Amino acid sequence: MSVASPNRDGLTAPERSPARTARSGGARPGAPRAGRPSALWGLPALLFFGLFAVLPMVLVVYLSLTTWGGLGTPQFIGMENWTRLVGDPVMHQAIGLTVMLTVGSWAVQTPISLLLGVWAAGRQRNRAVLSAIFFVPLLLSSAAIALIWRALLDPNFGPLAKIGPMIGMPGLDFLSSESGAFGVILFVSAWQFIPLHTLLYQGGARQIPESLYQAAEIDGAGRYRAFWHITLPQLRNTMTTSSVLMVVGSLTYFDTVLIITNGGPGHATTIVPYLMYEAGFQNYQYGYASAVACVLVAVATIASLLMVRFTGFGKMRSTREGM
Amino acid sequence: MTATSPARTGQDARTPGPAGPSGGSGRHAGLRSWRHRPNLVAGLGAFVWLLVVGVPLYALLAATFQQSSEYRSAGPLALPTDPTLDNYARAIENGLAGFVLNTILVTVGVVALVVALSVTAGYAIVRTRNWMSDSTFRMFLLGLAIPNQAVIIPVYLIIVQMGLYDSLIAIVLPTAAFSLPVCILILAGSMRDISDDLYEAMALDGAGSGRTFFQLVVPLARSGISTVAVYSALQAWNGFLFPLILTQSAENRVITLGLYEFQGAYRTDIAGLLAAVVLATVPLFIVYLIARRSLVSGLMGVGGK
Repeated sequence: MSVASPNRDGLTAPERSPARTARSGGARPGAPRAGRPSALWGLPALLFFGLFAVLPMVLVVYLSLTTWGGLGTPQFIGMENWTRLVGDPVMHQAIGLTVMLTVGSWAVQTPISLLLGVWAAGRQRNRAVLSAIFFVPLLLSSAAIALIWRALLDPNFGPLAKIGPMIGMPGLDFLSSESGAFGVILFVSAWQFIPLHTLLYQGGARQIPESLYQAAEIDGAGRYRAFWHITLPQLRNTMTTSSVLMVVGSLTYFDTVLIITNGGPGHATTIVPYLMYEAGFQNYQYGYASAVACVLVAVATIASLLMVRFTGFGKMRSTREGM
Repeated sequence: MTATSPARTGQDARTPGPAGPSGGSGRHAGLRSWRHRPNLVAGLGAFVWLLVVGVPLYALLAATFQQSSEYRSAGPLALPTDPTLDNYARAIENGLAGFVLNTILVTVGVVALVVALSVTAGYAIVRTRNWMSDSTFRMFLLGLAIPNQAVIIPVYLIIVQMGLYDSLIAIVLPTAAFSLPVCILILAGSMRDISDDLYEAMALDGAGSGRTFFQLVVPLARSGISTVAVYSALQAWNGFLFPLILTQSAENRVITLGLYEFQGAYRTDIAGLLAAVVLATVPLFIVYLIARRSLVSGLMGVGGK
């Protein structure tokens, strides 16, 4: 393979300097050029990803302009689905619910994960055992977690049927009321994801130099002042990473919603991904469902751009830095 | 071997030995300050969270060892007085073993595909200096946050057109594709830690890109590769949406979907369902025990999706 020959474009380096400086292990100028692989090495992954991820993103836009019941060929109908989307009260509600779920998840999960993570980064003796138990929800799939909670919250056959009468509330059924069902989704997703974010914050807190705390102590600062003035500012990057992951993650709460509430009662937990599923795979209106999916793609793309912009993922560094 | 050490930081700082760069090192002997006293408030909070996580898990396990009748009469938090394995036996009778086998096949397929594609792509992205590798990398970065749900309809269309609907391959292909961005990111990070001198030595030795890949890149990116393997295995093992949409028949059912179907079919048999949930998680616990480090870093990647 002649592709290993010394880099042909080695001498045109100056115009490529942005890319060059971004690579941490950049070659010394003038050093003998190591063999460079051809870009063909990346082609299989590129084609594969192109077929199953990029092409669908283009197709979903096209499908949103068609009517298609799952059989035959999609028929082009122009902007019809989009006009319907704009005027659909269920979609408005779904967007509102998705935003509420995202904001709510962030507000619930961030403080708890932050505090737990900082605590778990310390040197308590029982920490290892506790961390191991905290870790368990991470091993369960979201389907399994949703099934467990659905069983535990079952008003007839679950523990709730026992606990309800004990606390003077027979017939306690969170899933039958709108706010109850939404609260359950918020709680279950927190139960599922807080361990992950705790791990992130634990990693971040361990990177804080001990000397900062020593200095704070010499200055007479107590534990809580040190937390506010050292720990929190030092965890800024971790918080960005974790927050973006939470925002993107709350777009994918689909499994939980499908299994626990089926989007109900009414449409009380019909968030955007569930609405898409319902329109497409239950009502066979794939065109309309594609329009809903486009909204998801748009939001997800914005989120991923923000992620690349603010978390340093794009800086071509080791991804584990800052974790 | 300085090349591999950066990749190890932040993996497990639980034992801050002399080599642990992230463990705190400043221990002033004798000075017993707040820094060395336990934080009671935080400890209490951690204990509360322990209950929030632990009690449901206990209820889950307890339920699986109770007779169905006892589960209903004795209450959720009672210790099983007459422990039984009936629920597990019933879960297996209901076809759990077949679902597990399917899931193993899917997982092996996904891991093989993802490792092969992401290691080669990572090599190209890190070592090739042209616009193509840069734009490839950007495309994968953009793909990082695209949720499966957003493109499931066209993926369904493509799979149907390829004649793969209702097969295990139909699950493998998109699952692998959607694992690629995170995996390539992880591998590019771990491959950048390989020093340029080593590549130069290989080149001076007359090695082509193929030999460099197998003798230098793969061995030195080992920890990244195991992270990627674990990450993609988790995606495959726990995946729900692709199996839900892309398969139909019972013989192609994977475990997550099997559990979901159990719930529909045996609505009242909560103990049997929970036993199946426990059995479905056992393999991951085994992986956890064997490869804790890779699993933790793999899970860090899971957050990206």
